[in-house]
Amino acid sequence: MNLRKMQTGQSGTIASVKIGGSLGLRIREMGLVPGAEITVTGRAPLYDPVKICINGQTLTLRNSEADHIDVATK
Amino acid sequence: MTAKDSLHIALAGNPNAGKTTLFNNLTGAHQHVGNYPGVTVEKKEGICTHEGNEIRVVDLPGTYSLTAYSVEELVARDYLVNEQPDVVVNIVDASNLERNLYLSCQFLELGVPLVIALNMIDVAEKRGIRIDTEKLSEFTGVPVVPVIARSGKGVNELLKTVQKVSQTGAAPPRTLIRYGADIDEALKDLIPVLEEHKLLGSAYPASWTALKILENDEQIVAKVMLENMKVGQELVDRSETLARHLQDTIDAYPETVIADHRYGFVRSILRQGEVTRITDQDRLYASDQIDKVVTNRVVGPLLMAAILFGLYSFTFNWSGFLVDWMGMCFAFLGSLAESALPDGPIKSMIISGVIDGVGGVLGFVPIIMFMFFGIALLEDSGYLARVAFMMDRIFHFFGLHGSSVMPFIISGGIAGGCAVPGVMAVRTLRSPKERMATLLTVPFMNCGAKLPVLTLIIAAFFPAHQARYMFLATLVAWLVALLVAKLLRMTLLRGESTPFVMELPPYRVPTLKGLFIHTWERTWQYIKKAGTVILGISILLWAMMTYPGLPSDKVADFEAMRQQVVTSADKAEELLRIDQLEAEAGLRHSIAGRIGMSLEPISHFAGFDWRTNIALVGGFAAKEVIVSTLGTAYSLGEVDPEETTSLTDRLASDKHWNPVAALAFLFFIMFYSPCFVTVVAIAKEAGSWKWAFFSMGFNTVFAFSMAVGIFQLGTVLGLG
Repeated sequence: MNLRKMQTGQSGTIASVKIGGSLGLRIREMGLVPGAEITVTGRAPLYDPVKICINGQTLTLRNSEADHIDVATK
Repeated sequence: MTAKDSLHIALAGNPNAGKTTLFNNLTGAHQHVGNYPGVTVEKKEGICTHEGNEIRVVDLPGTYSLTAYSVEELVARDYLVNEQPDVVVNIVDASNLERNLYLSCQFLELGVPLVIALNMIDVAEKRGIRIDTEKLSEFTGVPVVPVIARSGKGVNELLKTVQKVSQTGAAPPRTLIRYGADIDEALKDLIPVLEEHKLLGSAYPASWTALKILENDEQIVAKVMLENMKVGQELVDRSETLARHLQDTIDAYPETVIADHRYGFVRSILRQGEVTRITDQDRLYASDQIDKVVTNRVVGPLLMAAILFGLYSFTFNWSGFLVDWMGMCFAFLGSLAESALPDGPIKSMIISGVIDGVGGVLGFVPIIMFMFFGIALLEDSGYLARVAFMMDRIFHFFGLHGSSVMPFIISGGIAGGCAVPGVMAVRTLRSPKERMATLLTVPFMNCGAKLPVLTLIIAAFFPAHQARYMFLATLVAWLVALLVAKLLRMTLLRGESTPFVMELPPYRVPTLKGLFIHTWERTWQYIKKAGTVILGISILLWAMMTYPGLPSDKVADFEAMRQQVVTSADKAEELLRIDQLEAEAGLRHSIAGRIGMSLEPISHFAGFDWRTNIALVGGFAAKEVIVSTLGTAYSLGEVDPEETTSLTDRLASDKHWNPVAALAFLFFIMFYSPCFVTVVAIAKEAGSWKWAFFSMGFNTVFAFSMAVGIFQLGTVLGLG
């Protein structure tokens, strides 16, 4: 399932990150790598960006960036 | 002790890992803030003493990685390579080992002498994470010292370890990390070539250079090509072969495969027993609970509006007493000079040039100080990142970043701010293009100095709906600023937006020491860096409005007129009238006056006569000067911006003015060149005068086009 489509409160394991270049590296640097467990913890008042919990820290990313991340949801 | 003898260490680590706290703790007040050459990244240096030895500490910018994609990361790695600190202290947040150790991996690859300071072990333990530091040290091959940066616990032990490492020197880089068969093989091909030709040999280890070439790192590839075009091309070819192979076999890019393997390495360390998680990590921490309220769909924006309004009134209202007090001091100095010095150009220069100039520089200091204190509070507590999170949807649409909202508000997004601290607040933005677009558009806001001018014109020509027009002016300023930002991002500052992916740091109670240090170092930087330039320009502007003085025959004429009124009944009034006429003639004769007159053939397209032009030239010194200069130009003497009734009446009855000309004038004032203090601040924040000059030229042309459009259209429609 695409990260953009996940509901608040939903959890899953990152299956793939399909982008390279600076955005692809940046996403990985922040710990969003295949195998990482994430939970969507909320969205901004205008539904973008999305807020997720990973390894006990909170990350935010725009929906357009979340598009590149596929998650195997529970 | 010379600089060479003293130990030189660099602090490096993730943002929010406690790097700055540790730095403040180590160096206390002995800090020096500057910039890295050519970029606007802050460089902090300090001295700390350990067992009688001085240690020079440099705080590197916080980064998640060492790529060539961001200025901070380039600065950090260039510093490590070029300045070769004796020891690099890598601050690692124990409560978030995985991502922090990803950066540590890259220090290991670079082969710098490393000590890991494991910070916030107390927080980690509360979350049920136990770390075996000895094992961590064994697996990474570098010493690991647990510290609590906030309380200073473990710092002594850290410095001892640093000293020990500095004596033994760096362990030669070991091959710790495997990057998978394809990449390891490519590395094996590249390294001997690099070693054979000694490419970048002295500065970087060959294994690191090879890795960077495979990652297609722009800076390193360019450096290699510069040293040896032919061999460089061979290396790049090999790297491209690898990229194609990976694309074909696993549909991935080399740099992402390398990143994934670094994470693999980190996870293998964590799996091999360093970490014991005792409790369920899914439980909600205090921060998440706060976020539930603070970023709630309904409560969040309301709370944010309240907090930003609070920051605004704190900056401008609470600093008021200091501003007034300083104003009084300079007024007193002025009156002292007035009575002590003999009349003449020197006296005029000291009062109008130097004292007013220094007063102008220091007059901003309380506002800047309060603003930076407020921002430090929001930044250190973690709230600023939430503001960016909530506002990003709107600002991203205009090519800006969620964090842009604060500079806009301080500059006058709530009417009455000031662009100088607003421009300085732009430094909280990390994305280069978004930051530049913000920097160039915040001066469009209605700052406190534009307000008396707007009030004057609105009172003279639109007296029926004053409040409504003032509110409209604020809305128009926002609209124009955002649209121009969008325009800039589509043209001059075109390019992909910087990735938003960022951390929402956990909420923390800021330390008072940290707040005061942040406030003071930034304020001092303003006084030192901008102050001198501002003083110089202020004297120059004074000279432009004063010289050349009236020729002696003209002065004699006015003197003769004065003699004639001796007999008149209301003598004092007549004398004042002559003084005002002389001031007007003097202003018209000055350089500024001549510029104003020579511009009339162009400016009349927007409905401005030479009097308006002079006032606008004066407005470059400070926007409120427009009012007093208009007063002089209309022979009313210097009009106090706070008390403009005489000028209001004069303008309303003048045949040159009508509502259309007034509206054109209003738009021009709102959007033309920022005052020179702002221009200096822009130059300092942008790191180059090019952008400062651009903002003067662009804004003036832009505002003039608008004014001409309004005036011509209004005149054609017969609204004048």
